[in-house]
Amino acid sequence: MSRPVLQVDGLCMDFGGIRAMSELDLAVQQGQIVALIGPNGAGKTTFFNCVTGIYNPTGGNIFLNPPDGSPAVRLNGLKPNQVTEKGMARTFQNIRLFQKMTVLENVMIGRHCRTSSYIFGAVFKTRATRREERETVEKSYRILQQVGLTDHVNDLAENLPYGAQRRLEIARALATEPFILLLDEPAAGMNPQETQELDELINQIRDEGHSILLIEHDMKLVMSLSDKIYVVDYGRKIAEGAPLQVSSDPAVIKAYLGEEIDA
Amino acid sequence: MFSLQQLKKSLLVSLWFAFLTFPLLVIRVDPIERTVQWRWENMALVAIGSFLVSLLVRLFYLHQEHRRTRKAAGKLVDREPLIQVILREPKYLYTLSGVMLICALIFPHLFSTYQTNIMITALMYVMLGLGLNIVVGLAGLLDLGYVAFYAVGAYSYALLNYHFDIGFWLALPIGALLAALFGVLLGFPVLRLRGDYLAIVTLGFGEIIRLILENWNEFSQGPSGISNISRPGLFGIELSLDGAILYLYYLMIALVIFTIFVVNRLQDSRIGRAWVALREDEIACQAMGIDKRKTKLTAFALGATWAGMVGVIFAAKTTFINPASFTFLESAIILCIVVLGGMGSIFGVIVGALILILLPEYLRALSDYRMLAFGAVLVTMMIFRPQGVVANIRRSYQFKSQSQGVRR
Repeated sequence: MSRPVLQVDGLCMDFGGIRAMSELDLAVQQGQIVALIGPNGAGKTTFFNCVTGIYNPTGGNIFLNPPDGSPAVRLNGLKPNQVTEKGMARTFQNIRLFQKMTVLENVMIGRHCRTSSYIFGAVFKTRATRREERETVEKSYRILQQVGLTDHVNDLAENLPYGAQRRLEIARALATEPFILLLDEPAAGMNPQETQELDELINQIRDEGHSILLIEHDMKLVMSLSDKIYVVDYGRKIAEGAPLQVSSDPAVIKAYLGEEIDA
Repeated sequence: MFSLQQLKKSLLVSLWFAFLTFPLLVIRVDPIERTVQWRWENMALVAIGSFLVSLLVRLFYLHQEHRRTRKAAGKLVDREPLIQVILREPKYLYTLSGVMLICALIFPHLFSTYQTNIMITALMYVMLGLGLNIVVGLAGLLDLGYVAFYAVGAYSYALLNYHFDIGFWLALPIGALLAALFGVLLGFPVLRLRGDYLAIVTLGFGEIIRLILENWNEFSQGPSGISNISRPGLFGIELSLDGAILYLYYLMIALVIFTIFVVNRLQDSRIGRAWVALREDEIACQAMGIDKRKTKLTAFALGATWAGMVGVIFAAKTTFINPASFTFLESAIILCIVVLGGMGSIFGVIVGALILILLPEYLRALSDYRMLAFGAVLVTMMIFRPQGVVANIRRSYQFKSQSQGVRR
């Protein structure tokens, strides 16, 4: 098997004396959809925050291996914006859109790290800046077409319906041209219809060559999408494997449903 | 129209105001005659006045409630305010700007030198407001020490002129540059702060600069200030006082147009968007690949640049500066301009500056009650239009075919 695009070895995270994450290993292969599941408070979002640079992990290693064959990048200690520049983008569990900006502008922000014009270019509108702006608008619009938000291009993000806000978060992340996408509970609060559309969207994104790491509570979605599932509880990995294999694992059933007590 | 309940509430409000203003407006102690005057008629006026105002406010809320129910019932279509339509349509916008420019150009020929002088001050505050608008309105960094950069600009010209006899035109970019440098200097320690904490640190920074200027006598001549600063030169031509004011006025008009041009370009650029994103959500902004440090420092530096320039102009206009011109009150007024005008909106800031600077001047007829009336206007504004006189609108894009973006 080729090298995984995201490889996490023995990740630990301590908050003061509390160990939120211990010795977690995880790997995402190119083109895979990998799910990270676990009960509430298991440390899934903590894991995302460590990987994307919001927290600085206290132990372990995180490596990105770009699929184009360029050398591996160690992510420990990098700032969130540097992590995004290396090719890993994320969405947030509690939607964090730029509320007072339009839908298109939200996606254009995602292009920020792939463009370079600065004060001089902005004030004098140089040829390079104009071309860059045009490309930014066009690429952003194309991404909005992909996620089906073209009807809302000039609406403020805060006025979008809930499901559309979730999709806009994904669009914004895609605009940073990632090769791996981290989705934190993308289906939370969605109705079955919207979840179905999301399922199709995620598959479509994968088919375009992105790898996906997903946190999700909707088991139907997880089972239908994932190639591989990791289960965590109390910051530890308790199971990993193919969907069917994991769903019958006694440790997983115990974590989710509790233990049977023999009288 | 009003229920008994509401009348009762208004009555309570009027009683409360009568009580609050009692020591100020009713009792008057004459220390020479050693008598106390009781002006009960004032109390009656305050009570009746506040009762009526409170009824007016209630009427306004009633009206709004009425509109809301009608809108909910689908009988009323939400109409866009006239000013937003004008700002959105380039056709109207250019006409409006043209008319404003013509008015501005003929203004000194219609009014006295005194009026022109007031207008110069107002235009200076327009520039200050537009500068602070970058920091507060766009990047969302609450800066209460903005006047420090204004002082840096003013003192850099005053000192350069005093020691090295450097002229206005050379000092203008130097002052701007120095202010930008101080902007970065302030930016570094506050990179991690936001909201209230940032406000306190910037407030402290503003005070530090003022205290240094006040106490470091060898450097800045302390509270006695620096006098005899040269006015702006015009190819070595000697200007009369009136001529100098006229010249300064047109200079200010040109600089304000320059400022509007630059800020407008910045606002719709890659950095402008990054600033707004930073204001909206710092964590998401970083996660989208925006360098928070760089973006914040640019905002501070660019905001300070304008303050530095206006500082140089201020020194040249008054030909005398001392630290008393750079108190916290100045920062507060500039911040008021931005908030009252409409955060992030260029047109709003211009309107805000004109209102806030011209109003106290023309309220002089009210003599002692001038600042009271001024305060009342501010309070009313913020109650009825919390988003500012002119709210900021985001740029919209038109798309014709499938993938070709056509911008407007």
